[in-house]
Amino acid sequence: MTRRWLDAPLLTIEHLTMRFGGLTAVNDVSFTVGRGDITALIGPNGAGKTTLFNCITGFYKPAQGRLALARKGGALARDVEALTQSARRHAGDLYLLERMPDFEIARDARIARTFQNIRLFSGMTVLENLIVAQHNTLMRASGLSLLGLIGWPRFRAAEEQAIDKARFWLDKIGLLDRADDPAGALPYGAQRHLEIARAMCTEPVLLCLDEPAAGLNPRESAELNDLLLSIRAELGTSILLIEHDMSVVMKISDHVIVLDYGKLIADGTPEEIRNDPRVIAAYLGVEDTEEAVQVLA
Amino acid sequence: MENFLQQLINGVTLGAIYGLIAIGYTMVFGIIGMVNFAHGDVFMLSAFIALIIFLAITQFFGVTSLGLAFLIVLICAMALTALWNWAIERVAYRPLRGSFRLAPLISAIGMSIFLANFVQVVQGPRNKPLPPMFTDVIHVTSGGEFDVTLSYKQILIVGVTGVLLLAFWFLVQKTALGRAQRACEQDRTMAALLGVNVDSTISLTFVIGAALAAVAGTLYMMYYGVVNFSDGFTPGVKAFTAAVLGGIGSLPGAVIGGLLIGLIETFWSAYFSSDYKDVAAFSILAITLIFMPSGLLGRPEVEKV
Repeated sequence: MTRRWLDAPLLTIEHLTMRFGGLTAVNDVSFTVGRGDITALIGPNGAGKTTLFNCITGFYKPAQGRLALARKGGALARDVEALTQSARRHAGDLYLLERMPDFEIARDARIARTFQNIRLFSGMTVLENLIVAQHNTLMRASGLSLLGLIGWPRFRAAEEQAIDKARFWLDKIGLLDRADDPAGALPYGAQRHLEIARAMCTEPVLLCLDEPAAGLNPRESAELNDLLLSIRAELGTSILLIEHDMSVVMKISDHVIVLDYGKLIADGTPEEIRNDPRVIAAYLGVEDTEEAVQVLA
Repeated sequence: MENFLQQLINGVTLGAIYGLIAIGYTMVFGIIGMVNFAHGDVFMLSAFIALIIFLAITQFFGVTSLGLAFLIVLICAMALTALWNWAIERVAYRPLRGSFRLAPLISAIGMSIFLANFVQVVQGPRNKPLPPMFTDVIHVTSGGEFDVTLSYKQILIVGVTGVLLLAFWFLVQKTALGRAQRACEQDRTMAALLGVNVDSTISLTFVIGAALAAVAGTLYMMYYGVVNFSDGFTPGVKAFTAAVLGGIGSLPGAVIGGLLIGLIETFWSAYFSSDYKDVAAFSILAITLIFMPSGLLGRPEVEKV
C-alpha cells in the first residue's frame, strides 16, 4: 500500500487548534491530505470534524496552526517556511489557508465544500445552481457583467461554456432532464448529488464533503460511491470527506484520519484503522471492543 | 370617464417613480435583510445632483438640445449617486455587518438625517426651481368635459422607466452578477464558498439601487420642476410602502407595488380628498399587512420542523 499522503501531500495541516471560549474543539491536529487520495475523516459526534472543515474552508479562523495547500506541484518545506515568514497569503501555487478569507479559498486555492445540511440555492433552477459556481470565470469574461448587458460576444461564449460544463455534470448525476426545475423541488438524494456537482463546477483541487451519504438509501449511497470514485479517476480531484457510514469509508477511502475530543487519535490506511484499538475504544467505549470490531469491519 | 383616464395616466407616471425607488429598498432588504432608511434621501440627493448638472451643462457649457441635456444629466446623476451610495454602504453599513440586527438600521436612520441636513446646509432650505421643459402635450381625447392630456414628460418617465427596468431585469436574471446577487440573497455563506465575493456583490446591490433611485430622482425633478432637501422623506416612505405591498425582497413586487401606490394616491386625490392621499396609501399598506403579511408577491417564510 502506497502512502501517497506522505509522498505527495496536497494539503499539510500542522498543529491546528480551534477554540470557542473555553472549549477546545480542535486540539493540535496535524495530518496531510494526499494528492489524488480519497481521505476520510471519522470520529464520534462532537469530535471536531466539522470544525476542522470550517477551518480548512476559511469559515473559522483557527487559533493556531498552519494550513498549507500546494495547488499544483509538491511544495518543499523550505517554500512553506519562506511563505510563513513573509506576510503574504500565497506564493505561486502555494497557499496559506489560515490567512485567506473564505471566498478566496474557494476562488484561488480551489477548495470546494458541501455541508451536512443541504444548502442549494433552492429558489434558483438546477442549472443556475451549477452556473453560479462558475461565477468567477464568467465575471472575468463578462467585464464584471457590464459588457454582458450589451451582449458582448466573449461573454456569450463564456456563458455557453458554463452551460456546457453544467450539462456535463447534470448528465453525470442523471439530472439532465430536470435542469430547469427549481433546485428545491428535487428529491433529497438528487439534491445531495447536485451539491457535489455544484462544488465540482468550481474546478476544485480539493473537494471537502461533510457527511455526503447522510440520509441516503443504500442504492443512492452506492451511486454516491461511484460518483466520488469517478470524480477522482477522471479529474484527479482529491477528496476529503467526513462520514459516519463505515461501508462508504472502508470501501472508497485510501487514507483515514480519526478524531476524538478534538484530538487526532489515528491516521493510516483503512485496514490499519479497522484494527486500531484506540479507534475501537473511541467508537464504542473501552469495554465493548468485540462489538466495535464488528461495526468497523 | 375623462377624469378616470387622466388620473390613470397621472397615477402610472407617479407609480413608475415609486417603483424605481422601491427596487432599491427591496434589493437591499433581499440581500442583507436591512431596511435602508436612507434610500429616500439618496433619491433626494440624486435629484439635487441632477439639478446641478442640468444647470451646469445648460448655463456654462451651452448645451441647447434638451434631449441631449437630459441624457447627460441622467447618466451623470446615475453614476454620481451610485458612487455616493457605494460610499454610504462602505462607511455606515459594512462595518456593522455581523453586529446585532438593529445596528445597521439605526445607522441607516442616522445616514438619512445626515443626508437631508447636508443638502439643507449646502443647498439651502428653500425650494430649488427649474425652468419647465418638455412642456408639449398630446391630447388623448377632446370635446368631452375636458381634454385628457398625456404630456411628453409623462411619456418620457414611463418610457425611461420601462427601458431601465428591462435592462435591470436582464442584469439580474441573465448575467453572472445577477446570479451571484440572487445566490447571496439565498445563502451568503454558500455563495462565498463558491467563490462569490459577497462584500462586493452587496456593494454592487447598493450601486444598482442608487442608480435606479437616481433615475427616479432625475425624472421627479423634471416632472415637478422643483426640489427641496426634505423631498426624500415622503417619496421614500411611499416607495418603502410599495416594496412591502409588493412583497419585500421581490423585484416584480416592488414595481407592481409602486404602480399600485401611485394609482391609489392619484385616484384618492381625484375622487375624495387630496389632503388624505397619504392616509389612503398607508391604510392600504396596513390592510395588506394584516391579510397578506408577506405582500402580494412575497414568499412566506416556511420553517421546516
